Amino acid sequence: MDATTLLLLGQDSLISGAIYALLAVTMVMVFSVTRVLFIPQGEFVTYGALTLAALEAGRVPGTAWLLLGVGAVAAVLAMTRARQTLTFLKAIRILIIDVGLPALLLLIVHWAAPLKLGLVPEMLLTLALVVPLGPLVYRIAFQPLAEASILVLLIVAVGVHMGMTGLGLVFFGPEGYQTSAFSDAVFELGFMNISAQSIWVVTTTAALLLGLYLFFEKTVSGKMLRAAAISRRGARLVGISTDRTGYLAFTLTALIGAVSGLMIGSLTTIYYDSGFIIGLKGFVAAILGGLHSYPLAAAAALLVGTVESFSSYSASAFKEVIVFTIIIPVLLWRSIFRPPVEHLE
Amino acid sequence: MKPAHAAIALVIAILAIPLAPISDYWIVLLDNIGLYSLVAMGLVLLTGVGGMTSFGQAAFVGFGAYTTAVLSATYGISPWLTLPLALALTGLAALAIGSVTVRLSGHYLPLGTMAWGLAFFYLFGNLEFLGAHDGINGIPPLRIGTHDLFDGRSFFSVVWLVVLAASVLTTNLLDTRVGRAIRALRAGTIANEAFGIDTARVKLIVFVYAALLAGLSGWLYAHFQRSINPTAFGLNIGIEYLLMAVVGGAGHVFGALLGAGIVTILKDQLQDILPRLIGAQGNYETIVFGFMLVVILQSARNGLWPFILNALPPRPAKPLVPADASLPQRPKPSGPAILDVRGINKHFGGLVAVNDVSFTVGAKEIVGLIGPNGAGKSTIFNLVTGLLRVTGGEVYFQGNRIDAMEARGIAALGIARTFQHVELAPDMSVLENAAIGAHIRGSAGLLSGMLRLDRAEEKRLLGEAARQLERVGLGAYMHRPAGSLALGQLRILEIARALALDPALLLLDEPAAGLRHLEKRALAELLHKLREEGMSVLLVEHDVEFVMGLTDHLVVLDFGKMIAKGVPAEIRKNPVVLEAYLGGVV
Repeated sequence: MDATTLLLLGQDSLISGAIYALLAVTMVMVFSVTRVLFIPQGEFVTYGALTLAALEAGRVPGTAWLLLGVGAVAAVLAMTRARQTLTFLKAIRILIIDVGLPALLLLIVHWAAPLKLGLVPEMLLTLALVVPLGPLVYRIAFQPLAEASILVLLIVAVGVHMGMTGLGLVFFGPEGYQTSAFSDAVFELGFMNISAQSIWVVTTTAALLLGLYLFFEKTVSGKMLRAAAISRRGARLVGISTDRTGYLAFTLTALIGAVSGLMIGSLTTIYYDSGFIIGLKGFVAAILGGLHSYPLAAAAALLVGTVESFSSYSASAFKEVIVFTIIIPVLLWRSIFRPPVEHLE
Repeated sequence: MKPAHAAIALVIAILAIPLAPISDYWIVLLDNIGLYSLVAMGLVLLTGVGGMTSFGQAAFVGFGAYTTAVLSATYGISPWLTLPLALALTGLAALAIGSVTVRLSGHYLPLGTMAWGLAFFYLFGNLEFLGAHDGINGIPPLRIGTHDLFDGRSFFSVVWLVVLAASVLTTNLLDTRVGRAIRALRAGTIANEAFGIDTARVKLIVFVYAALLAGLSGWLYAHFQRSINPTAFGLNIGIEYLLMAVVGGAGHVFGALLGAGIVTILKDQLQDILPRLIGAQGNYETIVFGFMLVVILQSARNGLWPFILNALPPRPAKPLVPADASLPQRPKPSGPAILDVRGINKHFGGLVAVNDVSFTVGAKEIVGLIGPNGAGKSTIFNLVTGLLRVTGGEVYFQGNRIDAMEARGIAALGIARTFQHVELAPDMSVLENAAIGAHIRGSAGLLSGMLRLDRAEEKRLLGEAARQLERVGLGAYMHRPAGSLALGQLRILEIARALALDPALLLLDEPAAGLRHLEKRALAELLHKLREEGMSVLLVEHDVEFVMGLTDHLVVLDFGKMIAKGVPAEIRKNPVVLEAYLGGVV
């Protein structure tokens, strides 16, 4: 392996590592706030990338219809769950928020899509279509089970993954798409080429991670999430609604998943089911980081990216085998050094 | 109808169905249901009964299928000869994977199964000798005599006879000594370890058993399809197997058959209907399956089998004669210090929970351990019974040093205990919970239980459990689920379970909490009687009157330190004790 290859692989590791870091960090956050091991995180990546691809092609993305459908389901469920206390006004409010807004978005997209407004407006539109799916998914699938065991929530998450992948197939079709890059420029640095796209990915990731850090440290909402992560009951006792922290966590997850999708969409071809494996690699990193530490999860994500890049060079057929096997030694390490008793005192 | 008659009727039905005028379509569907039922049945045992959720069972199906495919298609070995090899390889793989997996706690376990489930899928798809992504074709069919089982109709009886045998063996297994240990896993490992059960080993047994059922299904699948490729053994299929177990009812053997039936028929129908509805080809059924999984967990956590069970007439519990002391009993110890605690310490990080405590319990003695909350009483119990390790000091029991021993080894020496926070399996009957105590007094293993060779020992173990329940006054509740008892009764049940171990030393952690006056009196009488029979008792209790009237000696703790020791009358007047309890105001 010569220096050029090494640098190339290093650059590759950094890009995929950055994406996995975003996913890993949000998985740690969602898990600590809601106790959901959110397996379908990668689906938001797919939805983001494929929505942008459709808009770029001047088509109305399937997500616009999907959002309306999911909103309608959420509205029906919200009204049935609150049927004891449901007033006319409340029902109208639910309908406006869950069905009215998605319908409005659908109209806007119908008008805007054929105009091909350019990358930035299309990205914003993509986020407007994908991000609301986060809290809606939380309301439909997880909120009624908020107090269930981690195990039950995990199986529900797997159910959501199945549903979202299947819906992805319905709304995006089986073809793969690649979006255009933020920028096609390539810089020469010594004897290696650095694409502007990779700089974009790394800086966006760094900005998002910094943003998350500031959000958790400086804002009331961020502090609410941290409180709920430390103790759900404690948070409720001081007046924090764990429903709200749940929505918030899932909104952030969808946002960061979709942004990752926007970034990754130009680097590789994305199919309706590509997100699962991407998300699981983020998960591997989150687990390597012990599912509680953000910096460890991010560092582990870089490791996953590195392992992936280098194994795709030297043992490409076994790339996935290697990536998914690296958590086994970590799990083994946990097995050996696990305290002898689980829940004693 | 006796079980044996039912089995014969089922065998006849299984042999007759292929001859009946049922369309090939349904026969093949039933064949598939049978194949999936085997995997789902293993998952029921693993997930619903044993509490270990696995998404990776499809990989074990792959082990079975690939082993026989390579051996029979590539090397031309007879399928019947590859069966033991396929099972052996699956079992070995499960042993290796399981020894890592079952040690994972909580949600790390299912995540681990996902990781190796995916890894094996990619491995199958990239190994040249397994045909990589194309898989292996030209696998020979099963052959009985000179008859090749080419079609679904001739295959039917083989599959369903295997399913029947697996159902019988699995149902048997759950109703044995090992089966109780498996069923108690879900309630946690602490109590099981304290009663001499090697929980890691029991988990591994279940894991391998479930994998063997999956491998068996894979072996059948390979010779039924006669060509295999990795897609049948991927994570998505692993998830589908779990869906079957959840839909049917993860806690019931027959839930596996129900779940496999529902999911398989539904998948078949949806694969027909949905593409026509949507106007394109694709695996759209995952949408329905995803919703199904979410809805079942939201509204019928135990699956659909319990609904069927409730519609059936309840089966009367088998009448049970409390046995005399027909199990061999250990000789009662003698001596002034059968338990000898010498200067033990326990640190949790910077916190000193137990600080240089020494005391003894003599034969036929009741010793009370008292002190305010947080004094370290329960910690001492956990140190003596091996659930926690001492930081310093020594503990001897009948001359054996036990402070470095595992909990289950200490239990085998004859120390039984109850827990401050009740550690029982709520789904199991009162009798079965008590029988956990007698676990180490039996020896029947997995196979003898599955083949019903353990009945004499089972009768003795359950008889002993029943005898102890009668003795503590819970005889009338024997066949109820433990979860239906009141808290005070649960504490008494814990005592019965401890007695079923035939202990030389009984450790009771707040046995009188939650008891009414008369119940307390009955408990005191029972403890007196046990002492007369030669048992020693160490108890933690807050009810001072109860302790004073019952104990021979008291050890008083405060903030982890021993502040007094002596007969109750002395302790009552000890100024240091009074200050610790009342803050020195008197």
